Amino acid sequence: MISIGSFLTVGILLFVIGLAGVLFWRNLLILLMSIEIMLNGINLLFVAYAAKWQHLDGQIFALFVMLVTAAEVAVALALAFAVFKRKGNIDVSQLNRLNG
Amino acid sequence: MISLLPWFVLFFPLLSVLIITLFTLRHPRASAAVSIAACAASFVLVLPLIGPGLAASHGGAPVTHRVPWLSVGGLEIGMGVHVDGLTVFMLLVVTLIGLLIHIYSTGYMHGDKGFSRYFAFMSLFMFSMLGIVLADNFIQIFIFWELVGLSSYLLIGFWYEKTAASDAGKKAFLVNRVGDFGFVLGILLVFYATGTVNFQEVMTGLAGGHFATVPLFAAAVLVFTGAVAKSAQFPLHVWLPDAMEGPTPVSALIHAATMVAAGVYLLARTFPLFAAEPQALLIVAYIGGFTALFAATVAVVQNDIKRVLAYSTLSQLGYMVMGIGAGSMTAGMFHLTTHACFKALLFLGAGSVIHAVHSQDIWDMGGLFKRMPITSWTFLIGSLALAGIPPFAGFFSKDEVLAAASHYPVLYLLGTATAFLTAFYVARLFTVAFLGKPRQQVHAHESPKVMTVPLMILAALSAVTGWLGAGMPIPFIFASDTGFGSFVHSGHPHAPEFHYSVMIISALVAVAGAAFGYLVYGRGALDPARVKDRAWVLYVVLVKKYFMDEFYGWLVSAVQQGWARLCAWFDRQVLIGTFVNGLAAITRWSGDKTRRLQTGQLHAALLIMGGGAAALLLVLLLGGN
Repeated sequence: MISIGSFLTVGILLFVIGLAGVLFWRNLLILLMSIEIMLNGINLLFVAYAAKWQHLDGQIFALFVMLVTAAEVAVALALAFAVFKRKGNIDVSQLNRLNG
Repeated sequence: MISLLPWFVLFFPLLSVLIITLFTLRHPRASAAVSIAACAASFVLVLPLIGPGLAASHGGAPVTHRVPWLSVGGLEIGMGVHVDGLTVFMLLVVTLIGLLIHIYSTGYMHGDKGFSRYFAFMSLFMFSMLGIVLADNFIQIFIFWELVGLSSYLLIGFWYEKTAASDAGKKAFLVNRVGDFGFVLGILLVFYATGTVNFQEVMTGLAGGHFATVPLFAAAVLVFTGAVAKSAQFPLHVWLPDAMEGPTPVSALIHAATMVAAGVYLLARTFPLFAAEPQALLIVAYIGGFTALFAATVAVVQNDIKRVLAYSTLSQLGYMVMGIGAGSMTAGMFHLTTHACFKALLFLGAGSVIHAVHSQDIWDMGGLFKRMPITSWTFLIGSLALAGIPPFAGFFSKDEVLAAASHYPVLYLLGTATAFLTAFYVARLFTVAFLGKPRQQVHAHESPKVMTVPLMILAALSAVTGWLGAGMPIPFIFASDTGFGSFVHSGHPHAPEFHYSVMIISALVAVAGAAFGYLVYGRGALDPARVKDRAWVLYVVLVKKYFMDEFYGWLVSAVQQGWARLCAWFDRQVLIGTFVNGLAAITRWSGDKTRRLQTGQLHAALLIMGGGAAALLLVLLLGGN
């Protein structure tokens, strides 16, 4: 039996790795992948706690997250494609036209 | 079903309006026929109402009928008719004089391109006026009150190509709005004080005497404001002389005999409200008395025949209001009845003269007696009635007013002075316009029969209606020996009273005034031009009508416009300049200072978001303990 602590460690690690990717990469695709990693880290925590407390809410929530993620990826990839068509690259640091 | 009869009286003229506007606008003769038929039908239907209506003045039940119209909260408003002695006399005045003037109009308006429109408006007026007379509650009377205002506006501005006519219509409408505003407030206060708008319920409640006093005083004064505007009392009288721009039969019907008397009728209808508030009644009396003398002095110097009659109307309306204010509703209504006859006669006579000489200036007339015998004789009878020479109508009714006023020395003096001036300006008008040598350019000739026959009927009425008040029987028409006061009264019927001293003084004053006027203008006993030169200040003041129009002009252009400019300045500088623009400036300044936060860099935004989320988490974790 793997203790809940291990799940916690792995989940938080995944989340932080994803966060670091989001914050430090300029490539839009890697950014999106990092977001996926963060979400998966969260999902792991949901499922682990659902198992620990014998409660289905966490599992259902994890399913919803996957569902929304799938939709989000579809939109996000389309956006990335559109950015590439306009700019010729997918560097997020060049998407700065919303400055004040 | 006699109680349904008043509805037919009311709706025949409306039917005529519909028929004329929908079908006969292009057929002048048909329009006139429809309009006159409607008027005649109303008059005929009034006749069976006389008996029951007069019986109501002797304790019988009035003829009433009402249908529910709307109910809001505790307020039930119905549309109803109420016929008692007071209503009967008004109905007779309105329908009979209306009928005569309709017939006269076919001659006077002959060939006018708005002939059909004219009769549609006249029928609309008849409908509205009958609505006022028959109304059984404040809301209904107010609706018809506005409708007579509308038809008055339409008929004053009937020749709308003339700037003066359309301006006069607007002036009449606007001045009446001032009074109507007060009237609305008065109705609201009546409802506030009594909880009902029905005349009978208000009066019954007043008889019980369990209403708070202060709102009732204000309500009475405000209701009177409505009457002040409609009956052209000082200071809202300025519209009536200008209203003479309308066709002369309109002046006769609306601006002399009936509509302007609606204010007096309103006072009579709501008399118990005033009787419960002696202070309000005094205000009414003094306004009326002042208007009577004020207008009579202006009438003395007018040269336009219709303007002389218009100021005379103002003055006589002042008499009626004064009579009611002095506590005798009977006197006021009696003078209304006789005045309607002789003033309609005088206006129609003036119309006949204008028709013949194509001028309204009395100095363009003269020597009409031989050329227009019927007009001249009937005009003479009307003049004698107006001057108050016995035994013509005006003498009796003026006498009743003066008798009522004799309890108040100031009012009595005002009334007697007015009686003298009235006789004087009537004598001046008649002497200059009808006697002496002809001064007109065109050859004047007598008017057609459709115009002279109504004149003769009105002359007969002007001669005899006064006897009604004295309790004398009128041959062929009225056999009773009970006076007007037994039919139209507040409280209980009363027999005619004779105040011989008042009567003799008023007769002497009238004869003196008339003789003086004749001597000055007919015999040259005194040269008016020299008097004019000697007392030129007075003359200018009178010719300028006490500068009332100038005063109102100043009031609008200086005071009201100044106030408007002040409001505009306050709005622009304070409200917009300080508050609205100030708020906008603050928003813009703060936005300008904080816009650097938005770099547009995704990573910066994410860092702030992440940092913020971490900070929140920290707060939650620390606060949790």
